[in-house]
Amino acid sequence: MTTPASPAPLWKSIRRRRVRDRVIESLLLLAGLVAVFTTVAIVWILVAEALPFFDHVSFADFLTDTMWTPLFAEPRYGILPLVAGTLVTTFVALALAIPAGTIIAIYLSEFASHRLRELVKPVLEMLGAVPTVVYGYFALVMVTPFLQKLIPSLPGFNMLSAGLVIGIMIVPYVASVSEDAMRAVPNYMREGSYAMGATRLQTATRVVVPGALSGIAAAYILGISRAVGETMIVAVAAGLQPNLTWNPTESAATITAFIVQVSLGDLPHDSIGYQSIFAAGLVLLVVTLAFNVAGFMLTRRFREAY
Amino acid sequence: MQMSMEAGATAPVKARTSKLHFWYGGLHALQGVDMDIRDRQVTALIGPSGCGKSTFLRCFNRMHDLTPLTRYEGSIHLYPDDIDLVSKEVDPIEVRMRIGMVFQKPNPFPKSIFENVAYGLRVRGMRSKALIEEEVERALRDAALWDEVKDRLQSSGLSLSGGQQQRLCIARALATSPEMLLFDEPTSALDPIATARIEELITTLRERVTVLIVTHNMQQAARVSDYTAFMFLGELIEFAATSKLFTNPDRKATEDYITGRYG
Repeated sequence: MTTPASPAPLWKSIRRRRVRDRVIESLLLLAGLVAVFTTVAIVWILVAEALPFFDHVSFADFLTDTMWTPLFAEPRYGILPLVAGTLVTTFVALALAIPAGTIIAIYLSEFASHRLRELVKPVLEMLGAVPTVVYGYFALVMVTPFLQKLIPSLPGFNMLSAGLVIGIMIVPYVASVSEDAMRAVPNYMREGSYAMGATRLQTATRVVVPGALSGIAAAYILGISRAVGETMIVAVAAGLQPNLTWNPTESAATITAFIVQVSLGDLPHDSIGYQSIFAAGLVLLVVTLAFNVAGFMLTRRFREAY
Repeated sequence: MQMSMEAGATAPVKARTSKLHFWYGGLHALQGVDMDIRDRQVTALIGPSGCGKSTFLRCFNRMHDLTPLTRYEGSIHLYPDDIDLVSKEVDPIEVRMRIGMVFQKPNPFPKSIFENVAYGLRVRGMRSKALIEEEVERALRDAALWDEVKDRLQSSGLSLSGGQQQRLCIARALATSPEMLLFDEPTSALDPIATARIEELITTLRERVTVLIVTHNMQQAARVSDYTAFMFLGELIEFAATSKLFTNPDRKATEDYITGRYG
């Protein structure tokens, strides 16, 4: 059939475009769902595998017992020593990384020349690309001996050294993400501040940092999550003995260090010892989540959105 | 001697530019400008885009120092104490503490209305709460904003309308009692009603402070200013009392510009 002035080709092309849009839209949705599905699956597996563990160990004992000795002849399952180890190394790391990272970010964003910034930022980001096992040995064979000169009683495996090196590892994340947030503060804000007679430092601390606070908080939360989840450095340098203490100069195990120790060992998969790592993993997830929520709420309270 | 608003009587000189040149890298943006800014008068700078009027304005508070590869030559003397604003020995921060600025786009800080106005006082190290409150109220009254915001000083400066935001920026600049206020096209982002309020405000400000205003709206220059300078291609073409410049200019170029033949 031949109808010369038919509008059919145009109609077809519109239809084809509409179908193509639908297909692409569905593909994008699917990609988004992968992330959601993965998160749900992780939580599901942790909970499902931890449940048999709680058939043997009461929830109250798990949260209040002060000993974690699942591999001993007379096992005790108190998660507190591992939580303490995780919190101590995390706080040591943050005590270094948050001030250092923030100061570096302020310097790079507000003080450094364009050329210096373009030189320093890639180098800084390279620090984040060093494998963490290298950092672990850096802590063990360089930082610990150095700290022992200052604190002679310091044991060869200790949380202080491991925490400091985790801090060094996360400085680039904190600095780089904070710097991006500060650079995103529009220039007319800075001009307004300078025109009032403010110095560079006053402008940075009173206008730029408050304006960039939500981005800076995101940087801190990223750093915290890295510190809480860090495994190799603590496994290599902090010792693997669960130890309920808040003293960073002692040796202790963290949740992550225990998990890696057991998963690499030869425990049968249906033993309580093996199941205990899922309970520990669940606690790790809760700790990270708690830090995230706290960070989110603090940001909402203090940010000055432009 | 009675100081009069009429352009015929001459107020004392507040600032005098002598052979003022300015470079952005290799671009010679100001080519030897000599001009007297009269005390407590409004001086308007007009001219086509790129003529150097904003560049000239920003020399007065050394805003160019924030841009690398810029250079001043010549002098801007500020009276009565006779310091050269663009001299290398003079600290730009000290200059900006004495000369305030209001920008083209209202740029309040993302802080409360109160903290916006208190900013300059805090930057100068003022601690007394009572004193800061007093100065904030005075500045907001002087900027004709007090009645609109007195019940919500703690809400964000960004919650205000565009015209209110610009008056907040004027209050912010007034809080530290500057000797001179620079306006860089302060109404070009505002609607006609907000513009009229700002213009009215500028004419009352002349009782307290010397005003230098860049505008590309000739009617605005005619309405608010006592003196007008016409600039073209980085040079000062003509500088006279506003009434004279707009009715009987000496130079052909000025006449062509104000009658709309170019620019």
